[in-house]
Amino acid sequence: MNFFLELKESFVIAISAITANKLRSVLAALGIIIGITAVTIMQTAIEGINRAFNKSIEAVGADVLYVQKFEWFGKEDWNVYKNRKDINMGNFTFVERNIQSATALCPSVGSMKTLKYGDLVLENVRTIGTTADYQATLGINMSEGRFMTQRESDGGYPVAMIGADVKKAFFENVNPIGKAIKIGSYNFRVIGVIEKQGSLLGMSFDSQVIIPIELFFKLYGTKRSISINIKAADLNNLDETKEEVIALMKKTRKISYGGRDDFGVNQQEAFKSTYESLTGLIKIIGTMITMLALIVGSIGIANIMFVTVKERTKEIGIRKAIGAKRRNILMQFLIESVTICLLGGVIGLLISLPISFIIDAFILPTAIPLWIVFLAIFISVFFGVLSGFFPAWTAAKMDPVDALRYE
Amino acid sequence: METVIELKNIYKTYVMGSEDLTVLKGVDVTIHMNEYVAIMGPSGSGKSTLMNIIGCLDTPTSGDYILRGQNVSEMDDQELAEVRNKDIGFVFQTFNLLARIDALRNVELPLVYSGMGKEERLEKAENALINVGLEDRMTHKPNELSGGQRQRVAIARALVNNPAIILADEPTGNLDTRTGEEIMALFETLHENGNTIILVTHEEDIAKHAHRIIKIRDGEIESDMINPSKVKKTAVPVE
Repeated sequence: MNFFLELKESFVIAISAITANKLRSVLAALGIIIGITAVTIMQTAIEGINRAFNKSIEAVGADVLYVQKFEWFGKEDWNVYKNRKDINMGNFTFVERNIQSATALCPSVGSMKTLKYGDLVLENVRTIGTTADYQATLGINMSEGRFMTQRESDGGYPVAMIGADVKKAFFENVNPIGKAIKIGSYNFRVIGVIEKQGSLLGMSFDSQVIIPIELFFKLYGTKRSISINIKAADLNNLDETKEEVIALMKKTRKISYGGRDDFGVNQQEAFKSTYESLTGLIKIIGTMITMLALIVGSIGIANIMFVTVKERTKEIGIRKAIGAKRRNILMQFLIESVTICLLGGVIGLLISLPISFIIDAFILPTAIPLWIVFLAIFISVFFGVLSGFFPAWTAAKMDPVDALRYE
Repeated sequence: METVIELKNIYKTYVMGSEDLTVLKGVDVTIHMNEYVAIMGPSGSGKSTLMNIIGCLDTPTSGDYILRGQNVSEMDDQELAEVRNKDIGFVFQTFNLLARIDALRNVELPLVYSGMGKEERLEKAENALINVGLEDRMTHKPNELSGGQRQRVAIARALVNNPAIILADEPTGNLDTRTGEEIMALFETLHENGNTIILVTHEEDIAKHAHRIIKIRDGEIESDMINPSKVKKTAVPVE
């Protein structure tokens, strides 16, 4: 028999069998419905978090190297790190003078400070001291006002560029430009607002304020390690720039050629790989849990298919008597089981989509790419075949004489 | 006249635990085209087993069964299914229609398994139902039909693929006398139209419609003779 004709006929039979036992079919599909709902919600959540993460780390800049006292995700024993000397402005000046493969670079230093504007107080705001080159190095955009000038930065003028969160807290309906705020116990004049950069897992990138590094040192002390931020000339030659930076840093910190680095050269990549290993773990655990749900669902379907086959023994006998081959019977019950699972999959999708939207609105960002829909359908078909095969095989190899005699 | 069925020294033995039970003990039967044969016997005579073998639902333990020139006794499951589909039309005591589908779909079913296209299938199925007088019952489901009508649907289904033989197992067993007579009249018509009919029954009244009566007892043929009341019809004596 033509395969597609057979498929079609089997499908028609399956639909009539399923509609004849609506409640039972839905109950049988419940496990699959739950499994598919779980798979879809998990995948949309992971996808959503991934997208949010990727958007967030754009702020870090893929072509920027951050030379700091420590690696972001150091994997070695603390002893290796604990005696490291601070990175100082002398190191920065040396790198700045000698580097070839960079388009811009700047030093930066940070600390958490309390901000005040009139009676309003904002605690734990990341306060960054840097130079005018910060804007070019990190590609900062201003939503209002301007970034500090070279003169303001070198001269240590009391000017501040505030993050979007600070603006929202202090200047909801007021023009912030020219207003005086207090950082710690010192007065600054707001000259610009930095464009909103977003947040990741509740951590905002917009709770920040930038001031000239000269003033930062003067007001809050020089005894701290700085970060040297370097924008590579070419993203594709990032490794080359990295090599150059390491060589220069070794030279300025008087480490022999073969000696061990006492500083870290960090980049976005490190964030990404750590993040990926973390979400990878979440994915594995999530997949295991949803697989469990699907396997339980699959056992439910197999169970109901065995009952169906037993119940319809007589029908199988009749079909065999009038010429159905084993393959026809196998196909009939396999298609029935796949159809139940597909039904479960579609219901699961229909349930999980609004749930995804609700999660997106209140808890986590989610995203529903088309491939998740295909994945859900593929999984449904897979489990339909898996759970239907054994019952269908039992039906297919029934003896026609015995089956016809069955009452 | 052309031979349709040739059973040669058929044995059927069932293994029941440690004991072997021989149900058929060397049955020889030859049936020709357009014969109308009744196989009679009390229960336990081996009549049902013989019917299952003739109907290719079962295979003999030993002996040869030649159906339309093909040795059925050596066929596997797959080939037997094909023979049942093309060469045999079953009519059962309990009708054995599929309850969920209407008369037309029931009659169409053998053609589905022979892989026929939809339009041709429906046309043949409709014709078969018209031939048994059910042109106005095509879209009725079995539970919307009377017993006699159900058996007519079953007969239409048996006929739809133009089989070599129609094998009827107690076709009137679940019907009242009057309806039973109607069904027997229908078989008579089918016979007149050239079909080969094998009727399995334990009722003398029903068997006497056939033109040849084979009696079976304890797994052996007891008698095989032409029905004297139908002697004017052509029938060929055995040996």
